[in-house]
Amino acid sequence: MITGISLRLLWLIPAVLLALPAQAAIEALEFNSPQVEEDYYTLIDELRCLVCQNQNLKDSNADLAKDLRHQTYQMLQQGKSKQDVIDYMVARYGDFVLYRPPLKNNTLLLWIGPFVLLLLVLFLVIRRIRRNRSVEPPEPETLEQARHLLNDDEQKTT
Amino acid sequence: MRFLLPVVIFALLAGLLGWGLTRDPKEVPSPLIGKPAPAFTAPTLFDPQKTFSASDYLGKVWVLNVWASWCVACRAEHQYVTQLARMQLVPVVGLDYKDKPADGRAWLGELGNPYTVIPTDEKGRIGIDWGVYGVPETFLIDKQGMIAYKHIGPINADSLRDIIVPKLKELMQ
Repeated sequence: MITGISLRLLWLIPAVLLALPAQAAIEALEFNSPQVEEDYYTLIDELRCLVCQNQNLKDSNADLAKDLRHQTYQMLQQGKSKQDVIDYMVARYGDFVLYRPPLKNNTLLLWIGPFVLLLLVLFLVIRRIRRNRSVEPPEPETLEQARHLLNDDEQKTT
Repeated sequence: MRFLLPVVIFALLAGLLGWGLTRDPKEVPSPLIGKPAPAFTAPTLFDPQKTFSASDYLGKVWVLNVWASWCVACRAEHQYVTQLARMQLVPVVGLDYKDKPADGRAWLGELGNPYTVIPTDEKGRIGIDWGVYGVPETFLIDKQGMIAYKHIGPINADSLRDIIVPKLKELMQ
């Protein structure tokens, strides 16, 4: 019985072997210090891959992403700071390479836009609630009319 | 008046989103426009003993076309690069990007070689300095050695006639 099960699961072995290379997007690297390692992983998390635009350098397996990871690694190992690497990338690829773009005139809308929209919607909602609360009492005639209609209904059903 | 408000908001939103559709998100504006062309010296494809430097054409208007034998869009672009070279307006330099020299030579052997000179960038380091992220890309460099324009993606008949050639003529004046 046991051998039956293990034989039936034998097909999993080639499957697992084939699956391994897909996870090898991150290279095994040796770092000068834990600080360099931390900086490296922070950077490849925050830098965008330009070929596959919705991935960062860490997630992407594109050739350019590999090259840029390598460049980041080398610069940090040479003692360059995180800011040096960011400046290097921005000089070549522009602010677009940053997942966290700097606050500038042309990114102002990007940064404060959502909050402006939220405030606007909040203002509209509050105004509407206030207005609904202050409903004027109906005119005596309409009230009388309504009462009539209700009474009519009652008489029909009984 | 009240029912107009949603209509106006809708029109504004539709206008904004419609405008967005006409733009290509793959085209990232290069920060290198108006900046000096990044320096490099690289061996040439057909004679690795000879080198080409970005400063060789200082004082001239020239074109740097980034291509590779593995790049499918470059194949489509090739005939228009050839057209541009035949006009003999300016030197057309072809940077063979992240390519094996043998593959690059075979590719040009098959399709024809339109380039004045072909520096090679096997490791892609020159490409990084020029902010290349998708081949083919084409840079126009002015007489002062500044990058005047960058075309991302393959050149076609329209972009050659309406953008590349007029810009080159403007730069040459």
